[in-house]
Amino acid sequence: MKLSRRQMMAAMGAGAVGATASGRYAFAQSDTIKVGVLHSLSGTMAISETTLKDVMLMLIEQQNAKGGLLGKKLEPVVVDPASDWPLFAEKARELISVSKVSAVFGCWTSVSRKSVLPVFEELNSLLFYPVQYEGEESQRNVFYTGAAPNQQAIPAVDYLKEQGVERWVLAGTDYVYPRTTNKILEQYLKDSGVAAEDIMINYTPFGHSDWQTIVGDIKSFGSAGKKTAVVSTINGDANVPFYKELGNQGVKATDIPVVAFSVGEEELAGIDTAPLVGHLAAWNYFMSADTPENEAFIAEWHKFTKNDKRVTNDPMEAHYIGFNMWVKAVEAAGTTDPDAVIDSIVGVTAPNLTGGVSAMMPNHHITKPVLIGEIQDNGQFDIVYETPGLVAGDAWSDFLPESKPLIADWRSPMKCGNFNTVTGKCGGAG
Amino acid sequence: MALAPLACLPFARLARLASLCIALLCAATSAQAETRDIIARLANAKFPVVKQVIEDLAAAGDPTVAPFLRKLRAGKVYWRKSDRAVFIAEREKRDYALFDPITGAKVDQVGRRAAKKVRVNNAIRSAIDAALAGLTLSSPKVETRLAAAKQLFADRDASALPALTAALAREKDPTVKTAFEDARAAILATSTAATPSERVKAIARLGERGGSDSLNALSAVDAKAPADVLAAKESAIAEIKRSLAVWGAAENIWQGVSLGSVLLLAAIGLAITFGVMGVINMAHGELVMLGAYTTFAVQEVIRVSAPALFDVSLLIAAPLAFLVAGGVGVAIERGVCRFLYGRPLETLLATWGVSLILQQLVRSIFGPNNREVGNPSWMSGAFELGEMTITYNRLWILIFALAVFALLLGLMKRTPLGLQMRAVTQNRAMAADMGVRTGWVDAMTFGLGAGVAGLAGVALSQIDNVSPNLGQSYIVDSFMVVVFGGAGNLWGALAGAFTLGVANKFLEPYAGAVLGKILVLVFIILFIQKRPRGLFAIRGRAVES
Repeated sequence: MKLSRRQMMAAMGAGAVGATASGRYAFAQSDTIKVGVLHSLSGTMAISETTLKDVMLMLIEQQNAKGGLLGKKLEPVVVDPASDWPLFAEKARELISVSKVSAVFGCWTSVSRKSVLPVFEELNSLLFYPVQYEGEESQRNVFYTGAAPNQQAIPAVDYLKEQGVERWVLAGTDYVYPRTTNKILEQYLKDSGVAAEDIMINYTPFGHSDWQTIVGDIKSFGSAGKKTAVVSTINGDANVPFYKELGNQGVKATDIPVVAFSVGEEELAGIDTAPLVGHLAAWNYFMSADTPENEAFIAEWHKFTKNDKRVTNDPMEAHYIGFNMWVKAVEAAGTTDPDAVIDSIVGVTAPNLTGGVSAMMPNHHITKPVLIGEIQDNGQFDIVYETPGLVAGDAWSDFLPESKPLIADWRSPMKCGNFNTVTGKCGGAG
Repeated sequence: MALAPLACLPFARLARLASLCIALLCAATSAQAETRDIIARLANAKFPVVKQVIEDLAAAGDPTVAPFLRKLRAGKVYWRKSDRAVFIAEREKRDYALFDPITGAKVDQVGRRAAKKVRVNNAIRSAIDAALAGLTLSSPKVETRLAAAKQLFADRDASALPALTAALAREKDPTVKTAFEDARAAILATSTAATPSERVKAIARLGERGGSDSLNALSAVDAKAPADVLAAKESAIAEIKRSLAVWGAAENIWQGVSLGSVLLLAAIGLAITFGVMGVINMAHGELVMLGAYTTFAVQEVIRVSAPALFDVSLLIAAPLAFLVAGGVGVAIERGVCRFLYGRPLETLLATWGVSLILQQLVRSIFGPNNREVGNPSWMSGAFELGEMTITYNRLWILIFALAVFALLLGLMKRTPLGLQMRAVTQNRAMAADMGVRTGWVDAMTFGLGAGVAGLAGVALSQIDNVSPNLGQSYIVDSFMVVVFGGAGNLWGALAGAFTLGVANKFLEPYAGAVLGKILVLVFIILFIQKRPRGLFAIRGRAVES
């Protein structure tokens, strides 16, 4: 059933670009290429996702100024899934089957991505997902332009180890991304000889605001004569009261540094960062990156938003890379047909904003540099460490026994997202 | 040494020659020349080199370099690309003003691209802290010496021991003397070079001193030390842990009370609208949010027009927030609720709709991003009470919550408005017969509850995010407090808030934040099965109707 639908789509796509179906859409489709933007504009996640909607509009406008794509103008179709996970699936379906978009750029939380996966698979469309995530996934219709754990968490822990950290607090928000990341990190730390009593794991609900107890616990955990660090997968705006409490209780970065995976320039915009100088974040991009590409991007962004105080952040760069990769892949394929683009996009390269060139890997993840930044008193990050080269995203972590034998490769002849190298079969650990 | 720049003055017309002049002509200060040579190595230095420079500066022992090190720590030290000379730099519009690293005299002004920052990271900041501690042991200021002693205590750097011993002999101030002796004990306890008897004595001193930093020092005593040292370590650690456990419990209670005060603030307005009037107001959280945004707006105005008033911004914001939220509350009551009295389900739905409208309205006006509400200086930081850390913002919020509670209680019990409110609540028809304008009283009561929610917003802006979703996270907690405490009773809200706060904080260390919240919820459900009207139930005719 699924296969026949896919073949049908392929046949239709090959026949005439976009002239798929009923006359109602035929005119509109031959006129423009539609690009779906699936980011929450209301609700809890609006704080993070609205910016991504804006950056997509900017990228599309820039592409149109350059003459569009395949001789046509690009037309953004923006929908608001309102931070409501099931609504993400409905809106994705609407974008693909009603608005007939050629590709969708969207989602932030892992749960929203998981909610739309079946839709993209069923209707065979493309999703570009721009946020760092827990890995353990590779889907034919999805391109992961954010970091996998080996592109963020593992290098950050390595950096802290180099700085002499021996005791670890893994603190996170209670949902799939922190839990999976912490599982990987715990295994990684234990493999590298850290004793179980030197690891403390703590979860808090979304939007947690009373951090007194946890910061107190971290302080007493850190008074055991060993250098202690906190690895934070705390997500969303709970970070603000967390950092405020750290500052107020006098936990200094020189005593107990906190390295965060979900705190960027945007999140720091709501805090006085003077007491937080030296706490760390690991990303693949910082606004402070000193390259001509980045300077141009920031200038464009300020011009587009008509506000020279707006910050840029890592997921924005991921959309920048992902969008340019999609454009190149469409140009190479000569069509926006999803099957053709899926085949042509592997190996496509696009410059990132930190001076390198990222490439789309066969597992639908991309290569990125890993940067460690220290918070400055102006709310920006000072880059203190950078991986020597680009790191390729690993869909299946090597540090979890169940995913160790799995690899993903969407090229022919394997065409599999979870190939088991032990059993020699496509289909995961089982 | 202060003479050096003076002697150079005639030669120093050309500013760039100044450093040369000091180094060559004023040869008397060879120590300073040496310091300058060390500092010069900072140009384009990698982190290990910077660290080495700091250690060399500390070893040179020239105390005049301390201000320079502080600037380096703050990221204000730059090197000029043209000649790789190192300066202290301040941003002046689009340029950098360069100052001499030792004398602090202005030397040059260069463009943004002509100078580059000497980068520092945590390891370097630690090294600077250690170096500064060594250099400021004989500072004339008591606080600086105390800070130095504290830093040495935390670093336990054996190389600082001779300087510390010398400073100890000179020291007159008893507090600083004790701090120096403590720092010396921490160094001796962990030093393998010290004799076992010295170490045992030092460990005993740390054991008596107590506190988590002593525990930290004691835990760092290596396991290969002589048996008597290890025995002393174990007994000292056990002693400290016993006293820390007592302090831990006290801290739990404090944190519970503090959480309770936040719950009380959020719930007390609801205790009036829901408790006294019986209106289920789902927009209560949004009224709190409006209060927080009022604080933000007040701070914005102050930032632009009168920065000096920043420390009193909350005092200005509080009455305004009360008026804004209260006004919106009156509008909700007059516009929506009064048509729906006696129909709780419809009130619930209507006010929920209002809450969504308010949220989106704020999102449209202020944007979806969090807004920064600053903490006035008197609400930042913390003080130590024994082994407890009490943050000022939590302390002030507790005081504020209790003050609001006392005011409300007074208003309900002692004013004509309060009397009328209670009359209308108890028997609307009778009150109307007595000439009370029930419609007006309803509006005022609702407005009062809403205004108090606005006050809560002022306080919450200090500890939580000011975002359009602020209210949502407190609405459930508020209803929980009011239902648990007993509707219709302010004292119930007080008791409910503090009980839930303390219970939550005692569960959290064992069950974790997520499970702790669930357990509290289960407890309330069970409690309501047993006492459906909450802790403080009102008895009488009003209840029956």
